[in-house]
Amino acid sequence: MEILIIILSGVLFTTAIYNLLQKQLLRIIIGTVLLSHGAHLMILTMGKLKTGLPPVLTEGVTDYTDPLPQALILTSIVISFGITGLLLVLAYRTTQENNTDNMEQLRGKSNE
Amino acid sequence: MIYSVFAPLIFALFVPWLSKHKDKIHTGIFVFFIPFIIFLYFIQFIGSDFSPIRETINWIPSMNINLDFYLDGLSLLFVLLISGIGALVVLYSIYYLDKSEKLGNFYVYLLMFMAAMLGVVLSDNVFVLYTFWELTSISSFLLIGYWNFKDRSRYGALKSMLITVFGGLSLLGGFVLLTVITGTTSIQGMIEQVDIILSSQYLPLALAFILLGAFTKSAQFPFHIWLPDAMEAPTPVSAYLHSATMVKAGIFLVARFSPIFAGFEGFFITVSLVGIITLCWGSYMAVRQTDLKGILAFSTISQLGMIMAMLGFGTEAAVFAAVFHILSHATFKGSLFMIAGIIDHETGTRDIRKLGGLFTLMPISATLAIFGTFSMAGVPLPFLNGFYSKELFFDATLSLEGVSWLSQAIPYLAVFGSIFTFVYSMYFFFGVFTGPKRFDRLPKKPHEAPFGMLISPIILVLGVILIGLFADKFNQPFLLHAAQAVNSGVEYHEVYFWHGFITPFIMSLIVIAVGAILYLTRTKWNKIYTILPGRLSFNRVYDAIVEKLDTYSKRLTNSYMTGSVRTYMLLILGTTIVITAVYMYITNGFIINLHDTAEVTGLEVSIVVIIIIASIATLFAKNNIAAILITGIVGYGVSMLFVIYRAPDLALTQLVVETVSIALFLLCFYHLPKLRKREESTGTKLINLFISIGFGLLIIMVGISAHSSNWFDSISSYFVENSYKLGGGDNIVNVILVDFRGLDTLFEIAVLGIAALAVFSLIRLKNKKGAK
Repeated sequence: MEILIIILSGVLFTTAIYNLLQKQLLRIIIGTVLLSHGAHLMILTMGKLKTGLPPVLTEGVTDYTDPLPQALILTSIVISFGITGLLLVLAYRTTQENNTDNMEQLRGKSNE
Repeated sequence: MIYSVFAPLIFALFVPWLSKHKDKIHTGIFVFFIPFIIFLYFIQFIGSDFSPIRETINWIPSMNINLDFYLDGLSLLFVLLISGIGALVVLYSIYYLDKSEKLGNFYVYLLMFMAAMLGVVLSDNVFVLYTFWELTSISSFLLIGYWNFKDRSRYGALKSMLITVFGGLSLLGGFVLLTVITGTTSIQGMIEQVDIILSSQYLPLALAFILLGAFTKSAQFPFHIWLPDAMEAPTPVSAYLHSATMVKAGIFLVARFSPIFAGFEGFFITVSLVGIITLCWGSYMAVRQTDLKGILAFSTISQLGMIMAMLGFGTEAAVFAAVFHILSHATFKGSLFMIAGIIDHETGTRDIRKLGGLFTLMPISATLAIFGTFSMAGVPLPFLNGFYSKELFFDATLSLEGVSWLSQAIPYLAVFGSIFTFVYSMYFFFGVFTGPKRFDRLPKKPHEAPFGMLISPIILVLGVILIGLFADKFNQPFLLHAAQAVNSGVEYHEVYFWHGFITPFIMSLIVIAVGAILYLTRTKWNKIYTILPGRLSFNRVYDAIVEKLDTYSKRLTNSYMTGSVRTYMLLILGTTIVITAVYMYITNGFIINLHDTAEVTGLEVSIVVIIIIASIATLFAKNNIAAILITGIVGYGVSMLFVIYRAPDLALTQLVVETVSIALFLLCFYHLPKLRKREESTGTKLINLFISIGFGLLIIMVGISAHSSNWFDSISSYFVENSYKLGGGDNIVNVILVDFRGLDTLFEIAVLGIAALAVFSLIRLKNKKGAK
């Protein structure tokens, strides 16, 4: 099953990068969202799947699922939420200011 | 000894403070004492019973790089030149530089140079030597560009820096090779292992690297082009760096390493040939110059070539002559530079075509110039040290063995170069001090220099005369030790004026006779310079290289810095794919290990398939709403997986975050333009597809390999065991977040706070603008 999840995360990376390479801001944001999903699943598999009960201490239980990846992912979910929110507002402002959401038209000045 | 190297640097810290009071007292007066005290300290080592001294301070002992200072005869000669001429130059600069100049900068640079140069000649550790070597290049750059408002100054400074730092890097390469061969970083240690070096296959490479460093620094042909442009520096700097000390660093280096390389025939051929060509070319070109300092610059190039050639010969006579000439050259050339500075200072021009007839107005300078130029020309008078040098040089060229064609050609080339030396020496003296008086053409009304300015050249000319009269008094206790450090076979060698009509003396006479004729008829054969060098010039090569490098690097940078984010992404991802994949292939890093995996169930598979379909569908979504909702499906699917994989906290968080995200997306969706049909060519699509699939595959391979290998034990058991004991909580994930890694969580909250602030201000900004 781990292999299958890794392949899933590879597919998520593929679609995320294809979206990132697009010109429209909304697609790029969707790309970053997919990218973080892929990364989370990847981290999760590194601690093996379904090796025990949820990592909440219970009497008489010795086998728990690896808690470490979960802690990492929890942090990551919150951070990627923050990034998504910021990117959305940034995209909104950029579109308002420049009247375009096309990355090819949003290049810097030629002589920077 | 170590303190003397760092004293100038430490004193330099106080110079800016002292220069604030420059209106009352010239900063140079304080600075003068530093080289003067160093000179007095080192002069005590002169004596016939001198033996080398070594001092060490640990710096980076783990890499065998320590401040090893080693004082032998050769270092002593250079230290005395650096501090002695340094003191005279500072004294001279007090009168040369007006108080309105940026004296603080000048003396800081000068002291920095002095420390660096002392470091070069005293270091025994090659890497310490290299560090000081580059520091001399940098301080030379700063000093040449001292008058940085002049274009020519900046051009000259950059040129000298590019050429000498290029040589410096190559020198570093040579040092690394020698260190690898011998396993020591000490020069004396390398000299002890000379057999190992001579039998090493890297010998020619190491030699080439080190010589490249020495030749660029000592302005040897064809790297000499930076020295004439360096003459834009204030004259005290030219007299000090570009005639007496820094340009001799290359000579020092060759002398220092000649006990190692002298046994190798390539050393003899390269160094002698380059030296003798430089001698001829420099003196030939000097005759053509019209700027007084230009004449002196080419003259310096040619004299450096002469010393270099003698070090290349490597015979006892030649090494002794080289050491003798290092001292002679420093005295007469230093004084001539200072006189050129005086003429510039008092008449306002250095153009020899405008000058003439100054003898009556500047009798003292003229008298000093007679000694300087006649000594340089090698006129046979018993009180001119230049003559002894030239005799010793001719003598050395006659007793060469080894490569026969070269050994036979050298005496002729030596005479050829010396003839032109004679011509430009005469030209310098007679062109300035005799001839028609045309004072009305000069920018200033000329008069004799103030006495203070004359002190330094007078002392140097006294040196010329004393070394000439009592040549032998300098040899036994002083120069002999220096020569023995280069070639241990040098024995006491009596230098006296009259040898009888032997070959070297006859060569001198030929030089004077032909030189005098050429000088008198110089207007007739001056046209030769339109044929050689004519349009041939190494300056053109240098300018072309610099310009082309500039254009092409700009073009190269522009080719990938397009301003298009997509291009950057493609480059970054493509590079990552190629490097990781190649490395994985080389190290055979791909492992797949299927045992110890969880079982596959139908529920999980169907969720995975749904996520895959949804994620692919985001690519084809035609409008905003559809795209956002499909993205939501992926997010909810992932949270379902979290439920299955025993991660209740993750599932909860993901669900909440996903819901809020979708709400945010939909809020923004109203304002964002509609998704358009993608207008891109099939080629672009294919590249995008190729890169994204490639990266996806790479992730899969890395993921499987990481999952299948087990290099380190997991640290998770620690958290499971201590969650309740140390953290006092049952939910291990929560305990990790708020207790074990509490600080990380704090920063995470800070990141969210910053993001919230950014979002808030982005929206607020709009309101303000709207109010306008």
